Amino acid sequence: MDLTTLTINGEVRDIDCDPATPLIYVLRNDLDLTGAKLGCGLEQCGACAVLVDGKATLCCNRPVGEFAGKEVVTVEALENDTVGAAVQKAFIAEGAAQCGYCTAGLVIAATSLLKANAAPDRDAIIAGLEEHLCRCGSHARVIAAIGRAAKEIGNV
Amino acid sequence: MSKSVFSSPSLSKHPGLDEWVSVGADGRVSIRSGKVDIGQRISTALAMIAAEELDIPLDRIDMVRTVTGEAPDEGITSGSNSMMESGSAVRLATATARRHMLALAAELLGVGADTLDVDDGLIQSRETNRSATYAEIQGDKAFEIDVDPDVDVKDPETHKIVGEKIAPLGLSEIVTGSYRFLHDMKMPGMLHARIVRPPHYNARLKTMNDETTDRLRQSGIEIVRDGSFIAVAGADEFAVIRAAERLFAACDWDMSGALSEDDVFERLTANPRESRPVENDGVPQDKPVPPLADPPEGAAATLEARYDKPYHAHASMGPSAGCAIWQDDGLQIWSHSQGVYFLRDAVAEAFDIDPETVRIEHVPGAGCYGHNGADDVAFDAALVARALPGKPIMLKWTREEEHAWAPYATATSMKLRASLDPDGKVIDWNHESYGDTFNMRPRSGPNMAGAARLLSGRFRENPPPEFIPQPAMVRHMGIHRNLDPLYVFPNKRLVKNLVRDLPLRTSALRTLGAFGNVFAIESFMDELAEAAGIDPVTFRLNHLEDTRGREVLEAVAARMDFGADDGIGRGIAFAQYKNLKAYAAVGVELEVNDAAEVKLRRAVLAGDAGEIVDRDGVAAQYDGGFLQAASWTINEQVTWDRDGITSRDWETYPILGFDNVPEIETILIERPGVPFLGAGEAVSGPAGAAIANAIYNATGLRLRRMPFTPDAIREAAMDA
Ligand code: FES
Ligand code: FES
Repeated sequence: MDLTTLTINGEVRDIDCDPATPLIYVLRNDLDLTGAKLGCGLEQCGACAVLVDGKATLCCNRPVGEFAGKEVVTVEALENDTVGAAVQKAFIAEGAAQCGYCTAGLVIAATSLLKANAAPDRDAIIAGLEEHLCRCGSHARVIAAIGRAAKEIGNV
Repeated sequence: MSKSVFSSPSLSKHPGLDEWVSVGADGRVSIRSGKVDIGQRISTALAMIAAEELDIPLDRIDMVRTVTGEAPDEGITSGSNSMMESGSAVRLATATARRHMLALAAELLGVGADTLDVDDGLIQSRETNRSATYAEIQGDKAFEIDVDPDVDVKDPETHKIVGEKIAPLGLSEIVTGSYRFLHDMKMPGMLHARIVRPPHYNARLKTMNDETTDRLRQSGIEIVRDGSFIAVAGADEFAVIRAAERLFAACDWDMSGALSEDDVFERLTANPRESRPVENDGVPQDKPVPPLADPPEGAAATLEARYDKPYHAHASMGPSAGCAIWQDDGLQIWSHSQGVYFLRDAVAEAFDIDPETVRIEHVPGAGCYGHNGADDVAFDAALVARALPGKPIMLKWTREEEHAWAPYATATSMKLRASLDPDGKVIDWNHESYGDTFNMRPRSGPNMAGAARLLSGRFRENPPPEFIPQPAMVRHMGIHRNLDPLYVFPNKRLVKNLVRDLPLRTSALRTLGAFGNVFAIESFMDELAEAAGIDPVTFRLNHLEDTRGREVLEAVAARMDFGADDGIGRGIAFAQYKNLKAYAAVGVELEVNDAAEVKLRRAVLAGDAGEIVDRDGVAAQYDGGFLQAASWTINEQVTWDRDGITSRDWETYPILGFDNVPEIETILIERPGVPFLGAGEAVSGPAGAAIANAIYNATGLRLRRMPFTPDAIREAAMDA
């Protein structure tokens, strides 16, 4: 076992684990941050996305060591982020989830997108969701929610 | 108040009011239901119904988790039955509770019950200043009366909550990551477990390398084995995942019983089968199938076509998970099964124990859309828990297991023939459907019928006898769901064929046979309309007497510009789910681009689901159902070779992405006070057919075999 130092949601944490462990297991099991979901473990679905230095990043297959020294933010901390909070509010307003298993990843992707591009058009929104899947068919609502969040942020 | 038109079969099994409703000392109201949340937001609708009847705010309602032995047994959450069964039961139960509490309040306050009003749980009389609360009258007390099936319910005109657009229960937790799925559960001393699956259905373990097992055991990994059922368990989840991979590499399998690689669509109509005629609005008959007669004398045209749909996977976003603990006094399971009572009985059957000693609590998982891996993994967890008593076992399937081992919707073939008279009226209709069973949920019965349908049962040292499915004979079940069209056709010959010896494990997936049948019927209707020289909407209306059906079809037609000359393909389709549940008409606009990809541009959905309770929830069933069905139609098919399933992840089983999402307009017909119809599956069949019809409109290519991939479109273009 090895000690890895991570910054998660603004807090510095020392994690004692096999450095080969993908970050998702550390978040979910060691830090009790279960918002990010394991959907595939293959970097194919987007359910595990977290923000790494502000950018949506899949963490189901990348060892925890790769995240040392970086700022990792999970869905649980987005309420404290202007963009993240607006995205969450917009998802609620649009009813943009059915089962919700894909949702945390999508909220992260949307936050990342809006941080990089405050006024994305529909194509830019879709491009920002390229790595994400939803099986319940919430897609149209998710796209609408991101448009709504962008407007909301623009109005502030 | 108005006389109720709502009734529920659940009440005959669970008539006691206390089984459904209780009031706490704090005035909060608990509602119990046997129907569970699978992403369709049933608890939101039930809570809205209860709050409305009781005149309390929604946030004072607690929806109680469905637990065996505690919740009413309402069978399976399936078939779009939940609103009719549980929604109606909760409406009648809460109306009975309200009437009962008002009668007690009237006595307490010395006034007539008809002088009482309720606001926010506070009962006030127009004749006195005194008041009472639900909590004072009923807090922590049993009702000890039955639900009155004839109780007056609220007049829909007075509804303040029902029919509103509200945020579903749990959504704010979902977006902030605090919603707890089964996968997120944690318990002291909990061990993670993973299965070491054989390469395919029929492979069995020959030997396991002892060196590997010894090394794993030394590193703290528990190995559980019962025949060819092999699992590993340990405290660290990632270590367990790696142990499972190592152990798989150390296993030598007997690979005999390879999967048949024959063309499944040939097999569907060539293999041995059980055939039943379907009559009387969708009911299979226990008698020989009448032979297919020649087309009628006066036929101006006779058309024949065959439509095919491949195997589809549930492909839940979250691999299924189960948690279990085996203790001296019984077995406790946490599961996202759609039918906790059925699962309980099947698990008890498998272990030959008293079902009363098994307690299963429903905890939400990812959307399942039918019989996915939920039941199987719960049993897997129980098998491991039994071998490691006293320890909570959290067992999660992998992405590969969910794709390769959960049951599929069977491939189906639909053969249709119809004749038209000179006026373009159908005068003869023949439809035969072929498929494997949809009926493999673990429902206990003779010969261990429940245990036999749990996946890992058949890999144990002493497996239960193999379960041989029989043709389902219930109205609109399985292969013959929506086989009988809602249109008025004379001389219908309808046949269901349960086909034997097909290669893959199948069971219930959203809509069962209806998806294939409606795809076939509604594609064929367009082919007939063209032969008759009548536009598709008029042709349908000419054969449709059902006024509610006509209304949804007309609502979509009014929003589609079929005459436009803009390179966009337009298609329409319609069905009433099971000829009994919600209605749906679907209009689609799409393009087929230079890469032969189907690009969805716009969808118009019209629905009639009876009285609307959770407005946004109903809409989500239509728009979400459309997108899922579009994915089945355009993208999906399960693939395999002799060594097993080859569509094992999202790359090999691609589904619709965010890059193919149309603008969606959903119109819901208002039916206040009309019985709930259940909206969860109405749109799927029409969605598939509307896409096929729009592709034809765009390209002149009539695609009769799903999925409509670029390869399929290019092939059709070459054949054209
Ligand atoms: S879980 Fe990471 S992409 Fe699927
Ligand atoms: S809401 Fe269920 S997978 Fe997206």
